[in-house]
Amino acid sequence: MLSFVAQRVLKGVIVLLAIVVLNFFLIRLAPGDPAIVMAGEAGASDQAFVKQLREKFGLDKPLPEQLFIYVKGVVSLDLGFSFRQQAPVAKLIGERLPATLLLTLTAFAISLTLGILFGTFAARLAGTFLDTAITVFALIFYAMPIFWVALMGILLFSVTMDWLPSFGYETVGANLTGLAHAVDVAKHLIMPAMTLGLFFMATYTRMTRASMLEVKRLDFVKTARAKGLSDAVIQRRHVLRNALLPVVTLAGVHSGTLIGGAVITETVFAWPGIGRLMYDALLQRDYNLLLGVFVICSAMVLTFNLITDLVYRLVDPRIEYAA
Amino acid sequence: MKQFWKSMLKSPSGVIGLVILLVAVSVAVFGPMLFPNSPWRMVQRPFLPPFTLSTVPLGTDALGRDIFAGMIFGARVSLLVGLVSTLAALIVGVPIGAMAGYFGGKVDDALMRFTEFFQTIPSFALAIVLVAILQPSIYSIVASIAVVSWPPVARLVRGEVLSLRTREYVQAAVVTGQSNSWIILREILPNALSPVIVLASLMVATAILLESSLSFLGLGDPNLISWGYMVGAGRTVIRQAWWITVFPGIAILISVLGLNLIGEGLNDALNPRLSREGR
Repeated sequence: MLSFVAQRVLKGVIVLLAIVVLNFFLIRLAPGDPAIVMAGEAGASDQAFVKQLREKFGLDKPLPEQLFIYVKGVVSLDLGFSFRQQAPVAKLIGERLPATLLLTLTAFAISLTLGILFGTFAARLAGTFLDTAITVFALIFYAMPIFWVALMGILLFSVTMDWLPSFGYETVGANLTGLAHAVDVAKHLIMPAMTLGLFFMATYTRMTRASMLEVKRLDFVKTARAKGLSDAVIQRRHVLRNALLPVVTLAGVHSGTLIGGAVITETVFAWPGIGRLMYDALLQRDYNLLLGVFVICSAMVLTFNLITDLVYRLVDPRIEYAA
Repeated sequence: MKQFWKSMLKSPSGVIGLVILLVAVSVAVFGPMLFPNSPWRMVQRPFLPPFTLSTVPLGTDALGRDIFAGMIFGARVSLLVGLVSTLAALIVGVPIGAMAGYFGGKVDDALMRFTEFFQTIPSFALAIVLVAILQPSIYSIVASIAVVSWPPVARLVRGEVLSLRTREYVQAAVVTGQSNSWIILREILPNALSPVIVLASLMVATAILLESSLSFLGLGDPNLISWGYMVGAGRTVIRQAWWITVFPGIAILISVLGLNLIGEGLNDALNPRLSREGR
């Protein structure tokens, strides 16, 4: 187990390094001479200042050396400087990361729980009206763009019913503490988390349903039934447990999509996470910040994939990780 | 072929999907001819509610532009981007997967590591970065969507080729001295086609969603109206004018739904063995 974890971590680090290298070349592809762009962002553009910047950031050095400097920087958590926001990129991201984790993990938990629940229901009631209803709803949610779901949520629950706040992380100026603050944040969290979770919920519902119906036909279920086990035990211990394997795989594959969805959700709900930061960077064409967020997003996805791999092993002990 | 249409028309999702696609394609192709109102021109007072004037059935946006005209012209962009970027992703993914599966060994290892690398990168974030750096245009949007969506194609084709490679008719082609490219193109790929077609139909749907999300964030082609752009433009005035965001969103929803249904119908028709209980 330990060597398996070590192996996976090593693989993840290699992939991350490759992403950092890719990132370096993407920065170079960005329009404009970086030194002149930086000077412009800093509000001065005389020749001497540009030259100074070029030397400071090593832009006068050959490309391989620049790459080395850049990678060395990222490894020591230096993601560059955002001239627009006048702060180091790593610091900006660090401030925003907790909000994004809160949002994505809540959305993930909601979608997985409800998805498996609805999927199981649909599979057990296969062929009935309820099954059809769940399947149709899942199909529709699966086809809705996240930004539109977010706006429809605001229209319904903020504008029309006035139940939930439509933007932000907490009530501005309320200065709540303790439990009152937690409740306030939770109120702000419901809509973004549901919005982000809905698409994935639909996916997990479809997957769980299909997978459970598939497993149900296998021989060991017949054996269990022949042994005289109750239907509930068969469903829970034999069918569901095996049917969840592809769902876990899917959850791992989806982590990247989850992050992408967070960019949109945070933008619409003004949720102060790194997705919103990415959008701001985009608007201001702040390439250092944009690519810094991109690297961190990739790192998050890699971590998440690693965790799913471990969970997969726990759910299915048959899997050997010798290779 | 006849058999294929017969089973396709037997699956209800396939039929509904085909009808939706047919409508969407006709709107995209003929709509702009029948409906000459430019989607950028001011035709009425701003914030005209829907269903008040028959000439502007769905109302106007914050600049007095016709929502209905925007939706008709937007269909072109959505469908075009969806189709072309999927085609581009196939052009990249199919050869990579076919080579990996056919040659195996080191070639397979190298190509699959490369594919996995692209699959790990968060796709929407990469698409945003690429469009922002290449500058928003229909070309950069298509290119970025293709870049983030080819890996599943490569993996699928590799798996198919891997299992077909050992078949007797392929061995026979090897023995008769056919070249590798001839065997891949003429013997293997035609038989690996059906799952690729199913995947492609679902990819068009995903591409439409990606394009609309990019346009929503302001990364659309500035010269072309698209559904995502319209929703994005209506976002700030949603409290005064719900219709600006609601209608284009429904257009996206219906097109994506139609394509997903077609994917299911194709799956039923092409892989009857796998389809018994849906995906």
